[in-house]
Amino acid sequence: MARVVVDVMLKPEILDPQGQAVANALPRLGVDGVESVRIGKRIEIEFAGGGDDQAARLEQAREIADKLLANPVIEDFTLRVEDGDR
Amino acid sequence: MRIGVVTFPGSLDDGDARRAARLAGAEDIALWHNDPDLHRVDAVVLPGGFSYGDYLRAGAIARFSPVMQSIIEAAGTGLPVLGICNGFQVLCEAHLLPGALARNEHLHFRNRDQVLRVLATDTAWTNGYSEGQEILIPVKNGEGRYVADEATLDELEAGNRVVARYVGGNPNGSMRDIAAIRNEAGNVVGIMPHPEHAVEALTGPSTDGLAFFTSVLRHLATAGAPA
Repeated sequence: MARVVVDVMLKPEILDPQGQAVANALPRLGVDGVESVRIGKRIEIEFAGGGDDQAARLEQAREIADKLLANPVIEDFTLRVEDGDR
Repeated sequence: MRIGVVTFPGSLDDGDARRAARLAGAEDIALWHNDPDLHRVDAVVLPGGFSYGDYLRAGAIARFSPVMQSIIEAAGTGLPVLGICNGFQVLCEAHLLPGALARNEHLHFRNRDQVLRVLATDTAWTNGYSEGQEILIPVKNGEGRYVADEATLDELEAGNRVVARYVGGNPNGSMRDIAAIRNEAGNVVGIMPHPEHAVEALTGPSTDGLAFFTSVLRHLATAGAPA
């Protein structure tokens, strides 16, 4: 099984109010010293078949991420192949 | 004149949009997300709601629906398209309009009557307003914060493409108080507040929204229906 993991994050210059809300809650947990929190999405894509052609799978995943998973206006994404079973 | 209103799974305001079209004097036509046929409509409204559950991002999945492929193509040849709220999000995702709509700055869903100032009256959907006119229509969104890079914002302002701004308080943190924008040609307009909810004294805070729908009829009457 070939699994490609896509991480989608808001671009650094885009305000992340969700992350801010989490950061503001941390002192209530007694946690100090956190400068900022930003929240993104992790997407796992499982391709059918073996994981022999990783380059092609990665390229497919890149297309999926670029067209659908991330909005390039406000988000960046990174890709990596994850091997084997977890 | 035939105004089509698209229903996606999760659309909420398609009924009100069709009613607004009727009140303006148009024939309202139901369009279905899974049907690429636009049924000879002269204009299209993408209504508010939560298309496809707003999964992934608001409007992200709706953009790839069969009906949107036809609308994207027709918009390129002048078909008037109005995206309201979720419809605005779909138009941005489809790259018919620049920028994106992000989570409200304060994280609250904001639902109130909102004053807007109409700035661009040279569009298919706003020619019935006067420049600088203030209108009162409902706003209701959780992801209505308009964002774009500085160059895009400057370009929108320089080209008179900011159609309306929030007045008396920005409900979602939109950059430069932007509530509505248009494409270069002026046939495509996206607006976050809801003109279709302000078309009758009985149910709306005003009837200020009706002119969006009468504007497009006037536009079609003078320009002729798109090919």
